[in-house]
Amino acid sequence: MKSLRSILLPMGASLLAMIIGGILVAALGYNPVTVYGSLISGAFGNGINIGNTITASLPLIIVGLGIAISFQSGLFNIGADGQYWIGATAAVWFGYHFNSLPGWLHMIVCIVVGMVAGALWAGIIPGLTKAYVGSHEVITTMMMSYIGILLARYLIEGGPMQQKGFNPQSPEIVQNTQFPYFTQGLMQSQLSLVAVAIAVVAVIAVWFLLYKTTLGYQLRTVGLNQRAARYAGINVKLFTVVALCLSGLFAGLAGAVQMLGVDHRLLDGFSSNYGYTAIVVSLLARNNPIGVIIAGLFFGALTTGGQNMQMVSNVPAALTDVLTGLIIFFVACERIIPQIIGWYRRRRTLKSTTVAS
Amino acid sequence: MEIVDLKKWFPGVKANDGVNLTLRAGEVHAILGENGAGKSTLMKMIYGLLEPTSGEIRFMGKAVHFRSPREAIHAGIGMVHQHFMLIPALTVAENVVLGDEPGRIKFNRKEAERRVRDLSEKYRLAIDPTAKVADLSVGLQQRVEILKAFYRKAKLIILDEPTALLTPQETRELFAIIHGLKADGVPVLFISHKLDEVLEISDRVTVMRAGKTVETVETAGATPQSLANLMVGREVVLRVEKNAAHPGEPILKIHDLHVRDSGRIERVKGVNLELRRGEILGLAGIDGNGQFELADAIAGLIKAEQGHIIFDGHDITRLTPAERTERGIAYVPQDRQADGLVLSFDLVENTILRDFRKRPFAKNGVIDRAAAASYTERLIREFDVRPPDASRKASELSGGNQQKVILAREVSRDPLMLIAAQPTRGLDVGAIEGIHRQLVRLRDEGKGVLLVSLELEEILSLSDRIAVIHDGRIVAIVPGAHATREQIGLLMAGSHGHSEVSMS
Repeated sequence: MKSLRSILLPMGASLLAMIIGGILVAALGYNPVTVYGSLISGAFGNGINIGNTITASLPLIIVGLGIAISFQSGLFNIGADGQYWIGATAAVWFGYHFNSLPGWLHMIVCIVVGMVAGALWAGIIPGLTKAYVGSHEVITTMMMSYIGILLARYLIEGGPMQQKGFNPQSPEIVQNTQFPYFTQGLMQSQLSLVAVAIAVVAVIAVWFLLYKTTLGYQLRTVGLNQRAARYAGINVKLFTVVALCLSGLFAGLAGAVQMLGVDHRLLDGFSSNYGYTAIVVSLLARNNPIGVIIAGLFFGALTTGGQNMQMVSNVPAALTDVLTGLIIFFVACERIIPQIIGWYRRRRTLKSTTVAS
Repeated sequence: MEIVDLKKWFPGVKANDGVNLTLRAGEVHAILGENGAGKSTLMKMIYGLLEPTSGEIRFMGKAVHFRSPREAIHAGIGMVHQHFMLIPALTVAENVVLGDEPGRIKFNRKEAERRVRDLSEKYRLAIDPTAKVADLSVGLQQRVEILKAFYRKAKLIILDEPTALLTPQETRELFAIIHGLKADGVPVLFISHKLDEVLEISDRVTVMRAGKTVETVETAGATPQSLANLMVGREVVLRVEKNAAHPGEPILKIHDLHVRDSGRIERVKGVNLELRRGEILGLAGIDGNGQFELADAIAGLIKAEQGHIIFDGHDITRLTPAERTERGIAYVPQDRQADGLVLSFDLVENTILRDFRKRPFAKNGVIDRAAAASYTERLIREFDVRPPDASRKASELSGGNQQKVILAREVSRDPLMLIAAQPTRGLDVGAIEGIHRQLVRLRDEGKGVLLVSLELEEILSLSDRIAVIHDGRIVAIVPGAHATREQIGLLMAGSHGHSEVSMS
């Protein structure tokens, strides 16, 4: 009953957001049916579109896992975007530097390096300062995120990673580190089964970690009740650092997977916003690793479908941002609704009192 | 006031299911019941916070339907809540008149103070109207609440668990006030789950059980045993039955311990204490005198500034809480919801809270849910936790059952020593009986038990020795068998001759 409720509520919120979005579209003078039709066909209309949607969801899912870990540990990792780019940068650097390694080993090295870089970026400064001097992780992860993104930008805009004579971008990673696409269809949507496998393994690993291991048990205890955690003999400071490290580790993994599977080099821009969208993904999934898959696919579909929507029905793709906002609003509403009901009841009793007296 | 067959049903719960009560003019009428018997639901209906499902409340001969506290106050019902509704930064007079201030636009402070002074003289509730509420003791704050009710022309006073936060001396003073009200013909409804107080103060007692009023009896003809049986619905053992203690070697020695709280205020100021195997040492004291900081320091939850804690022959002063747990210290913390449990965890996860690292609950860092669940189910059976469902969240249990879970967990770890801080706070007679029996059983098994409690009655009935803590220091240690309530009460207040809580 309770688990059913926790699935239905986010779904209901998403549905309500779609309906209100539809009203908005109609008010702007478009036909909501064609608009949503183009959105859905853009996301799932054919094999390539489905592939695109999955490609777009993978980083959201993997970063979302990291966010879920931090939320379950009672921490807000707002800076996953920076951790993602630091992981991506580290993976790319290893990807084009060490070209004498065998392909599979090189891939693993790149991925591991990306994970470690993301973990350290979140764990060292935000983690240690949170644990030992109490600086708030919302501020520190956010600031480290800007530093990370600007550092990556410097590296390819005149820094040591810039490919000479080109637009700001890094050299391409060695061919044998790029994830194979296997078939023509998968290649068109830049979808590699290796990346899918990594995401699936990551989901299972996070689920196992959180619910089946003493490490996850300790993280969740710290997240739910720090005083009880101390009473249980858990080193709260240590697990604060561990939680942020793990959170950054998955953001870094997402960066590495994206580089090896899709981009193959650092390109100027850095406006992925994966770190921020992943917060919504995790919230929508109630910080449940399995739910992160569904929520990640949903937002991936919004991204790819939104592009198609813009092309077919001329509605600005920004409408998908509006939808995202509405979804967040309605998910948050779940906690507001009981308060509104309480406020309404009090007002009614007050009214009846004034009438009576 | 008369209450006829009052019912309040919530979806799935019959909180009140047939309450009948007659309150005569000028009597002190006690409502006695265990937690969850429906006392607070009844109060909320009388005070207009809840609307009855069916039945009738008659007040001064007329049927009334209060839809808000404002209507109830208007009709003349005065309520003193267990937790006071006062604004600490304002003066006594300002608090009393709040909401009905004299003066039109400009607040007439002089007039307010005069009215409050008149009231306090009329009802013999000595208090300084110009004093700030924040500076008053708990007993005096309660007096302000009573004045507030009279300022609003209350014809009936309801006291909800009024002694819960008072020291023994303050309780005496409150009872004197109640006697005064009775002499003035003001009816008082006294809600409590404490037998001795009800017997002492009331004229008649109505016992509630499972949402129903079971019986109304004349207090003069009642005994603690008869009331307790009515409350619980079966025979209960009131006095703790225990044999003589056989204390052995000391299990815990504390030398000159100093502890600061999180606000860097020194709470424990040089405590020396010894606990032996096979004894219950009661630590008596008024709240805020360092007893809970001392308990936390022994368990390792706060650091000792200075001094040594020797447990089982080893200095554990610098050990982590986990290491102390490992060496055999069990701890029932005073705040079961903040410290003792993770409320959103289910009972299985809560049961392994202290031993999740060890076999059989975990192997190589992987939790064995099946082993933990079967262990939890065993404890649920042994300690009669209700509902007996290991997959329930701790937050879904009543306070008494939450406490049973904590106690079951700590006791079943087979510790060498148990620190029990307020183990029965807010629990009803039936649950208290069970917990006390467990503490005595541990003692008889040769374990050391340190009982930290604000309930003097509990300390007196259980302890083999009583240590009294005042202002962070142990001021006396007396044998439990010969201690009296008055003697310990005075020691707790920090004096040998006179009470610290005076009328001024």
